[in-house]
Amino acid sequence: MQFELSEENKMIQKLARQVAETYIAPSVQERDEEERFDRALFDKVASYGFQGIHYQDQYGGSGGDYLSYIIATEEIARVDVSLCIAIGGGGLGGFPIHSYGTEEQKQKYLRPLVEGTALGGFALTEPGAGSDASAQQTTAVLEGDQWVINGSKCFISNYADIYLVIAVTDRSKGLKGLSCFIVEKDTPGFTMGKKEHKMGLRSAVTTEIILQDVRVPKANLLGKEGEAFKYCMQTLDVGRIGCAAQALGIAQAALEHSIKYAKERCQFGKPIAANQGVSFMLADMATKVEAARLLTYQAAWLKQNGRPYGKQAAMAKKFTTDIAMEVTTDAVQIFGGYGYSREYPVEKLMRDAKVHQIFEGTNQIQRIVIAGNLLK
Amino acid sequence: MNIIVCIKQVPDTTEVKIDPVTNTLIRQGVPSIVNPFDKNALETALQLKEQHGGKVTVLSMGPAQAKEALKECLSMGADEAVLVSDRAFGGADTLATSYTLAAAVRKLGHFDLIICGKQAIDGDTAQVGPEMAEHLGIAQLTYVCKLEVNGSTVRAQREHEECHEVVEGQFPMVVTVVKTINEPRYSSCKGVLRALRSNIQTLTAQDLAVDETKLGLKGSPTQVRKIFSPSKRTDGVKIQKATARESVSELMQKLADAKIV
Repeated sequence: MQFELSEENKMIQKLARQVAETYIAPSVQERDEEERFDRALFDKVASYGFQGIHYQDQYGGSGGDYLSYIIATEEIARVDVSLCIAIGGGGLGGFPIHSYGTEEQKQKYLRPLVEGTALGGFALTEPGAGSDASAQQTTAVLEGDQWVINGSKCFISNYADIYLVIAVTDRSKGLKGLSCFIVEKDTPGFTMGKKEHKMGLRSAVTTEIILQDVRVPKANLLGKEGEAFKYCMQTLDVGRIGCAAQALGIAQAALEHSIKYAKERCQFGKPIAANQGVSFMLADMATKVEAARLLTYQAAWLKQNGRPYGKQAAMAKKFTTDIAMEVTTDAVQIFGGYGYSREYPVEKLMRDAKVHQIFEGTNQIQRIVIAGNLLK
Repeated sequence: MNIIVCIKQVPDTTEVKIDPVTNTLIRQGVPSIVNPFDKNALETALQLKEQHGGKVTVLSMGPAQAKEALKECLSMGADEAVLVSDRAFGGADTLATSYTLAAAVRKLGHFDLIICGKQAIDGDTAQVGPEMAEHLGIAQLTYVCKLEVNGSTVRAQREHEECHEVVEGQFPMVVTVVKTINEPRYSSCKGVLRALRSNIQTLTAQDLAVDETKLGLKGSPTQVRKIFSPSKRTDGVKIQKATARESVSELMQKLADAKIV
């Protein structure tokens, strides 16, 4: 058993850290305060190709490992998870197109997502269809050689350019009556609704999407009619590894800030790290982060080696996002009053961590997935 | 345009600590990096290639481990990388290093420009670039902060402490660059993967037409006798009397006491 990152993994890790610290870090706090997504910053970071590391050259990727992508995600999230959401959008939109799309769809839609010239979005959730994806209300009806889509989606990440929209094409078939469509943002009838004002991820865009008689060519059906639920489940399986990597980056940042602060902050004539009460907290935080990293990398390794990874992805997502919440909460505690202040970085990490226990399948849903794997 | 960029793998001095007992550098566990000035040299070469076309070859002398540094240069956009590596080169001072590198350059064949960083952050000698030019019998422009190429004419701005000097020269030549010339780019994911798929050519003493007595420790007239860290300067004294006249007379008194004036 080897626990050493490959040369590729290490080089990507170093590059991602350099890019994140040079370009993303300087404006993190400001963008969070202003709830502002900076498209130019996304373009800059995406130009390095992190979103497409693991895609083949023919689709504009680098032909690298999936683990390299996960490590890059962790590094970017360590500095700003909000920007990471945009980088990961290419993954959520890209994975299904890569897996189920035609060659033409791949060249037209996957390539820009992989190259980072377009932002991807995945429109599954609806006000009444959260954890229960089967309760979809959005419909798609074939009229001539066009699909006409009507409905609305909520909590959709990114002001994306290319969306995958899930809609009911045959209600009588339940989950097998759902289909997936590629929709460009400029299609008539496609509008952005209310922008969510969130606790965390404040500089990542989350919006409502309204589809009113949106017409897309027949060729924009992704894969087969009626198979979207399967596509969604597989996309979410992969997405969970990315979600775990994001939470891992947040937890790592909280740990690093805490170690530094505990060594610098003096009370009663000594650094607070000299108190066992504090140093034991650091020890527990570091142990959790390491364990989460192993689980996350293991899930990524299974995926890149073509092994079943659904259970590990769910475990990595559940465990890492839970420990990110714990570690960031402890970081705020170690910072004391300053931890609660927006002048210091840890309260943002705590706010950003929370949603990771909720999206990409709540951690309760993850337990259902894990238990399902154990008991099948 | 054929450009050769010479690079050195050095310990990251921002992380180097000195062993308080032996007074030597603790290199264990210290990450190695591409000498920062050499990255400026590579950036200069990559920009020239973007403007005029051509090929950029990175060249380094060092142990096998220096391949890491060469790979980083490939990932930034260099076309080829060559490592000059042999036990016979061990212990080389700047003269033996520049002699060996010059032999490697001859082996590589035609070139228009050799670009080096002004100096390495570990040795700080700034000698290898200029010495290579001497071994090769070509012109050299050192401490360059701005470089333009027009045909085979090189126009460079040289950075001095108190002025800038503009000079021109012809291919082939050696140019050493300072930090202010540019901001080295980062690699990209594609660059990293391309670098990992590239072959790094290794040249040994046998591959080069060299006089073995001029290599490594044997060929090095300078030998390191002792390494020590300079004693720390004590804090200065601020003289701030009520009037400038009083301050000056106090200062003069102190200078006189110290037998400086």
